[in-house]
Order: sequence, then C-alpha cells, then structure tokens
Amino acid sequence: MRRRHLLGAALAIAMAGMAGNAMAQSEIKIGEINSYSLLPAFTEPYRKGWQLAVEEINAAGGINGKKLVVISKDDGGKPADAQTAANELVSSENVAMLAGTFLSNIGLAVSDFANQKKVFFLAAEPLTDAITWSKGNRYTFRLRPSNYMQAAMLVEEAAKLPAKRWATIAPNYEYGQSAVAVFKKLMSEKRPDIQWVDEQWPPQGKIDAGPVVQAVAAANPEAILNVTFGADLVKLVREGNTRGLFKNRTVVSFLTGEPEYLDPLKDETPEGWIVTGYPWYDIKTPDHDKFLKAYQAKYNDYPRLGSIVGYQTIKAAAAILAKANSTDPEKLIAATEGLSMPSPFGEITFRKIDHQSTLGAYVGKTALKDGKGVMVNSVYRKGSDYLPSDAEVEKLRPKD
Amino acid sequence: MFRDARLRRASQLEGQDLRLIQTLILRRREAPSRRMQAPMFTEPGPPMAFYFVQFLTGLASAASLFLVASGLSIIFGVTRIVNFAHGAFYMLGAYVAFTLTERFSGALGFWGGIVVAALVVAAVGVLVEMVLLRRIYHAPELFQLLATFGLTLMVQDIVVLIWGPDDLLGRRAPGFKGAVDFFGQNIPSYDLFLIALSPVVLGVLWLLFQRTRWGVLVRAATQDRDMVAALGVNQKWLFTSVFALGVFLAALGGALQIPRDAVHHALDLRIIVEVFVVVVIGGLGSIIGAFVAAVLVSELNAFGILIFPKISIILVFLVMAVVLIVRPWGLFGKPEAAARRTPGLTVNPWRPLTSGERSMSIGTLVLAAMLPLFAGNYALTVGSEIAIFVIFAASLHFLMSVGGLASFGHAAYFGLGAYGVAFLAKAAGLPMVVSLLLGPVLGLLGAAVFGFFAVQLSGVYFAMLTLAFAQIIWSIAFQWVTVTGGDNGILGVWPDRWASSPSSFYWLSLAVAALVVTVLRVIVFSPFGFALRATRDSPLRSEAVGINGKRVQWTAFVISGAVAGIGGALFAYLKGSVFPDSVGISLSVDALVMVLLGGVETVSGAVIGAIVFKAANIWLVSQTDLSKLVLGGFIVLMVVAFPKGIVGTLEMLRNRRRSTDTKSALATSQVEVAE
Repeated sequence: MRRRHLLGAALAIAMAGMAGNAMAQSEIKIGEINSYSLLPAFTEPYRKGWQLAVEEINAAGGINGKKLVVISKDDGGKPADAQTAANELVSSENVAMLAGTFLSNIGLAVSDFANQKKVFFLAAEPLTDAITWSKGNRYTFRLRPSNYMQAAMLVEEAAKLPAKRWATIAPNYEYGQSAVAVFKKLMSEKRPDIQWVDEQWPPQGKIDAGPVVQAVAAANPEAILNVTFGADLVKLVREGNTRGLFKNRTVVSFLTGEPEYLDPLKDETPEGWIVTGYPWYDIKTPDHDKFLKAYQAKYNDYPRLGSIVGYQTIKAAAAILAKANSTDPEKLIAATEGLSMPSPFGEITFRKIDHQSTLGAYVGKTALKDGKGVMVNSVYRKGSDYLPSDAEVEKLRPKD
Repeated sequence: MFRDARLRRASQLEGQDLRLIQTLILRRREAPSRRMQAPMFTEPGPPMAFYFVQFLTGLASAASLFLVASGLSIIFGVTRIVNFAHGAFYMLGAYVAFTLTERFSGALGFWGGIVVAALVVAAVGVLVEMVLLRRIYHAPELFQLLATFGLTLMVQDIVVLIWGPDDLLGRRAPGFKGAVDFFGQNIPSYDLFLIALSPVVLGVLWLLFQRTRWGVLVRAATQDRDMVAALGVNQKWLFTSVFALGVFLAALGGALQIPRDAVHHALDLRIIVEVFVVVVIGGLGSIIGAFVAAVLVSELNAFGILIFPKISIILVFLVMAVVLIVRPWGLFGKPEAAARRTPGLTVNPWRPLTSGERSMSIGTLVLAAMLPLFAGNYALTVGSEIAIFVIFAASLHFLMSVGGLASFGHAAYFGLGAYGVAFLAKAAGLPMVVSLLLGPVLGLLGAAVFGFFAVQLSGVYFAMLTLAFAQIIWSIAFQWVTVTGGDNGILGVWPDRWASSPSSFYWLSLAVAALVVTVLRVIVFSPFGFALRATRDSPLRSEAVGINGKRVQWTAFVISGAVAGIGGALFAYLKGSVFPDSVGISLSVDALVMVLLGGVETVSGAVIGAIVFKAANIWLVSQTDLSKLVLGGFIVLMVVAFPKGIVGTLEMLRNRRRSTDTKSALATSQVEVAE
C-alpha cells in the first residue's frame, strides 16, 4: 500500500507530460528558468522584460514564421530544483533551448546539465567567471557582463583615485569572493602602491552591519570596495551613514547603480560612490528609447536592469533561432558563435572564443535627486573592451 | 516632529539644496575635527574607545535578537511548540510597522505605529493559535512544527503579494536619527535606545512572571504542564495568552528593525534559526538565559569579525555546539523532567506486516517498477528523485520514531554521502559502483563522530545539537572552496553508461529504496530494534534490564546517517552535481516535514510522507509561482486533517474500527494505556 502513491503521482506527471507534446509543430519553445519566488525584486522586472520581447517577436511574425513560446519555471533558488525544471523543460516540453537563471551556482548547475544532455543554454544573469571560463562548455553562452568585466570597468575608475589604503566588504560566497579577488588583482597590477588594510565578509543576507562598519572604520581606509547588494546594502548604507563611515572616503561598489538596488536606498543614498548600474533615465540612444517607450507603454512602470536582461535574453534567443533556422543544438551553437545583434545598450556580439556576450554596463557616480538615488555622469562601457586577451582566455577555458 | 517636517519640506526642494541641507545635518552630527582628535587608528591598533563602541554595537545587535528570542522561549516553555513561524511573525511585524509608519508621520505616528503593528500581529497570532494550533496540541511531539512550517511558507508568498517584491526602506526613528560622538567614535543613538530597551523588556517580563498570578501559572506550566492542567487551570487560555505574548515580542522585534534594516520577504529565514540557537544556548524557557545568550552571541560576533572576518557565517552554531556539549541544557536551563509520554505510542503496538500486506507491498513495488514501460524521461527522473527522498526520509524516520531522537540536521549525512561520491568520482576517478558503495561511508563516519556527542542529549537539545553539526558541515562545504568548490559546488558527477538512461537510474533508485526500507523494517523488529524502542519509551527501565541506552542510540544514529548517505550518494548522480544546499537547513527541514507528514508513530510512514511531499513540491513548483503559498496551505490542511500524519491517522481509523469488532484488542490497548 505504501508504494501505490508513488505510482499514482508518477502516472499523473507522465500524463501531464504527454499532453504538452501535442502541438509542437507551428511553434518554437524556449525553456526559461529563474529564481522567481526567492528573488522577486529582480525577477519580476526580468519577467516583464522577456514578456515584452516575446510580444514584439511574435508581432513581427515570430521566428521564421513560427510562433515563439516561452515556458517559464521557478527554481526556488536551489540548484537541484533548477535541474528538475531543466529536465522537465527538455524531456517533457521539448524546448529548443534553455535560458535564464540568476544565481551563479544555479547557472553552473544548468550549464552542466546542458553540457551533459547536449542542450543549448543561454545564461542570462549569473555573473560568475567560471560559467564561461574555468567551467565553460560548448553548450553554454552568457549574456550579462561577467564579474571580471564589471571589476575591470570599476578598476579603471578606481585606479585614478589617489587613495592608497583600501578595505573591502563583500558577501561571503563565491560571487563576493571572486569579485574581490579580481578587483584586487587588476587593481594591484595598475597600482602597485596600494595597500589592502581590511576585509569584511558578512554572510550573504545576514550582515550585522554595525560591527562591520565599525571594524572597517577602525582600519581607517581611504577607499572602500563594496560588493554587498540588496537588503545587506541597505543595512550597510544606513549604518555607514549614521556612523560617518563614508565621509571623506571614496566607495567603489559593484551593481549599486542598478535600480533594483539603488531605489530602495531612497533618501539615504550615499553620494559619490563609483558604481556599475543602469541609469535608464539618462540613456539617450535610439535603441534604448525604443525599448523604454515600449516598456513603459506596456507596464506603466520604469525598467530595472532585470528588465533589460530578460528582454535581451529572449531577443538574443530569437536571433539565434532565426539564424540557425533549426533547433539542432550544434546548429544553434554554430549560429551563436560570432553572432551580432542590436540591444537596448547598442550592438552586442557573442564571442566565439568563450561564449561571452559583449553586452556592457554603465559606470557612473551615485547622487541624490529629489530624495531618490540616481546615477550621474554615467558612461557606457562596452563589454569587449574589458575582457582579457584571447591568449589569456584560452588558458582559462578548458578545451571542448 | 520638527526635524521630520523639515526633512519632508526639504525633499520638495531642488536636489542640490537637499544635498546642502543633508551635508549641514551630517556636519552637525559629526564634529568635523574628529579625525584629527583621534588620528592614529592605524598601526598600533584601534584605541580603547573603539573596543568600547564595538561592545555597544554588539549590545544593540543583541537587543533585537533578545526580543524575538524571549518570545520564542516563552512559547516553547509553556506550549512545547517549536514555533517555526516565529520568524514569520517577526517579518509581519516589520511589514505592518512599515505601512503604519509610512502613513502616520511624526513621533506619535512612528512609535504608535511600532506598538500597533506588534499588537496587530499578536492578534494574528491569537487567531492562528485558536484556529490551527489548538487542534493539534495532542498530536505527537514536534507535529506542531509542521503546522508552523506550513504557515511560514504561506507568509513568505503573502507578504510579496501584499507589499510587492521590492525591498522597502522604513523611516528612521524620530529623535534617534543621528549618532553620538564617543571619543571620536560614532554610536547611532538608535543603538543606544535599543541597548536601553532590552533590559527594560527583560525587567517587565521578569515582573510579569514573578509578580502576577498569570506569571506563576506560566512558570508552573513551563515546569510541568500536565500538573498545571490537573490542578484545574484552563490550559486553552493560558496557551493562547502565552502565544499572543510571544508573537507580540517577535513582531515588536521586527517592527523595531525598520529604522536600521530593509523590509523584505526573506527576513523570517534570516532570523528564525539564529533565534532558536539563542534560545537553546540560554536554556529553553529561561528569559534571562535568552538575554545572556543574545549578548554572548552578538558580542562574540562583533569581536570575532575583527580577527576572523569570515566567522559570522558559522559563529552561532559553534557557540551552541560548545555550550551544549559542556552544558547539555543550555546556560540557564534545567534538566527536563522525565516526560510523561502520551499513551499514543503504546496503544497500537507495532507489528510486522501480515503476509497479505507483504504481498500487497511487493505488488505495489512491481507496479512501480513497471513505470518505465509507459512513462517519459521526465516522469522517470522525478520518480528517481522521489525514491531517493524515500530513502532519506526513511533514514530520519528510523531515528525519530524508532529511536525517539528528532534530528534537525539530518541533511548533514545526506550531503556527506553526496560529497563523498563527488570526491571519489571526480577526484579519484572511481567508477560509479565503487563510488556509490564507498560514498555513503563519509555519511557514516560523520554520523559516528557527531552522533557520539549528540546522543548524550535528548529532546530539543539533541535536535539543536544535530542542527549545529549540520551547519558546521555546511559551512565547511561552503567555505573550503579549493576542495568542495564552495557554493559553486562540484559539477560533472554523472552516472556511468549502464545507469545513465532515466529508466535504469529509476530502477536503481527504486531497488535501493525498497532494499533500504525493508532492511530498516527488519532492524525495527530485531532484538536491536526492541532495545532501541525500550530506550525510547523508558530509559530507566531499559537501563535496569541491562540495555546500554547511549550505545544503542549511537548505533541507531550511525545506521540512520549511513542510510541518509546512501540517499545522498544517489542524489549526487541523479543531479550530476553537488552543492552545499544538500547539507543545508532547508533540506533537513524537508526531511522532518516528510516524516511528520507520514506519521511519526508509524513504522514506515515516512515512505508515504516523502512521496506525497516531494511529488506535491515538484508539481507545484512547476505549475505555479505561488508554490510556497499553495504548498504551505496544503501542509496546514494535512495537519488538520491528519493530526497523526497521513499513515498514522489512517492506521488509527483502521484500528478503531477493528477494536470495536474485537473486545480483546480493546482490552490490550487499555492495559497499555494504564502502563
């Protein structure tokens, strides 16, 4: 009696799976996975972004005449669940490719799955360098500028600062660790004279901001590198403001200019931080204007960086599918390598050498305007300018 | 009031003016010459003032921890409910306070908002207690955990539905916006307020418990609630009021965080485990213990990060492990009085399957084995995953229901098995069969080491020590990047060719699951199983007949850990990768939920619990973005419908029917009750 349930459950799942296969001919399916329930602050705008893209693509006639359908799954922030979802998308839904993911470890889990099952995977958000380099594989491509690229963009500005004594604050997991490591390495190459006087590693999502701020202040650095984001960033900024940590110190900060992380700071936004981000209110290019208008018309809301990532992920997927004119993974890979396409940030290319796109990021300074945090003096940095030389990349990436 | 109005007016001005005003405020807050007064922070080390301020900062962190922990401690002391939803109430307090303080400005609006928020959430707590928990006080121990876990899941989705996905920034407290200068160090005045508040709360609680009749009843119930009930105290209202007070304190703790934190939907998980740890370090039911433990943990963290910046991630668990090994009942706790067991366990003595049931089980197994004939790859992979979780849940169930030892950190041994396989397969390059056989040994070894310490304790202290060990293993997996790959895990652990097709892997998992469940059942009805059950039901009597209780329990722990390791080993091959998640708290909680859902008082209820929970979980996550809300609601419904777990309740119904048929069965059970 105790195993009958297993059978019943499995039967139900099997039947649900078969029902999905019926009308596959006139449409092309993309399987999308993201941490919708764990990280709604990022994934809600992200979802809006890709939904807009799907609408635009199908309004323009779909992909070579076929309707584009995106089947979206939640991974709950767990790599194992992401693999279950990937498996469902590939085995039951027969999707042409996988796309999405936010967290680095989930991106890596799906990328490994894609490599094993020989499925094309377009990673949207995960920042870890490993996904294209040390653990890169031929089935995986990545859209967003990597940790390394963002660090290189920030180092370019940070190296100009007179500051010699630096402290770092980063969440204690792979993203924080590798962001600090790359930043330190690139920075020390450009400025051998600087000293690293303190490092703080609060657990992700659990920063005890008071003691951390005090500890950093006690080391008396001239500049600070921050890698925390989200709720940790809010706590850090509040404690830092109250305790005067940021006074007379320059802060260089990953991702803080993204509306997802900057907007919650409201009138407590610290001024003059050098950040990467997305100043949607300041970008005056025709590509971006078109996207912005469409987005605002559809949602009556402003886009976050997640919206751009979601939008461009599906646009890129569509461009790849259109060029390959096939759902065979090998043909998709061949089509993607070296493929250039427009994006709201200008033209981007998926590099053949490491499957990284050349999407860039905006670098600017934080400021307060009408009680809200904004990015000012922002400049777009092309991703292609902040990647190591091909020879170095070849050393970093295993041969296929 | 005044400053607030001025700031609001300021926000209507041009950005530049606002910046100017802010600079002015900042400048007034901090003496500009401060750096010059105390310039030499550098080489000789920070001055004494720094250490003092760091101490105060630690105290401020302790304050919020204490408020929440005291509430949990009171609730547990009286009702014995492991209130997993305590973090959810904390989070609700913060959200409601955010709404109220945004709407009503000024000092009255702010402080009034904080208090009203706590009251509102306390009212919600009362509702939960009356509607849900009252129905299940008589369920087996820890069953209430399942209900509060379901609630927690629901609240996480509900707050996003109501307040939206963005992080919210609450107002600063009127009158406590700036910082106080202390020899060149800044102390936020709000921190000082919190530091002053916690002794006040402690004092009020002390007066409440020492000087009122209600307090006497609460203390009495904490010591011996059966006796209090026997003396004619209305337990219902005592429990409700205690629950309300506890929830009020949690919500107050949450509401008071809004001037220094962001309000978001993961606040509950951030605090709940830590608070449990504080309560246990302090000693269950001891308010002073909670206070001392909160201070201890916060201060160790404040100073620990100066020497080991990465210590925060593991510190509380290290402290708890050390405290529990040295003082098994926490710093201020007293040994628990020998529990009077509810007769439920002995009413229906366990018996092996009858031959009819046995052939039915084999038939079901054969049917399950025929699944690959008509199901697709996805269904088979899900089937494999469910089979693996049957193994995992069965291993915990063995420890919990046969051994009477509820482990809150059982994922440790599951994860060790998974990492064992990953090391063997990736680093040593061993073939799959060898890895599968040897991988679980790591789980076995881990269980042997940690189990030795853990079985010295019992009840919730045992549970929390296992949790601490699991977290220590988790943080090793997380931190030791060169060996374990950190949170990026170990990739590429795929099965060998013979097992790589979904159907063969499904058969493998199913066969192992069937074998494991059978072996565990055989152990239950072996002499060792009887010795283990004797130790569970009556430690004194079993010792008197010559059973070495600790050794028997330790052996059970090792068996259970090894079996969990087998599950983990298969899981690594199923997923092709291993992440620290497979050692994580949420997996341990999942296992607990499966066991409780199936029925703790059954021989193999966990099998059904695992199948139902895992299938519902996978299906819901795939079908809806509100999977937590639906799954939480489902769990709450199951709790109400099956107060002894699914299998437990079904068995009870069957036995009831049978016992009306035969007088003799009734007589037996009466004898057992009398015992």
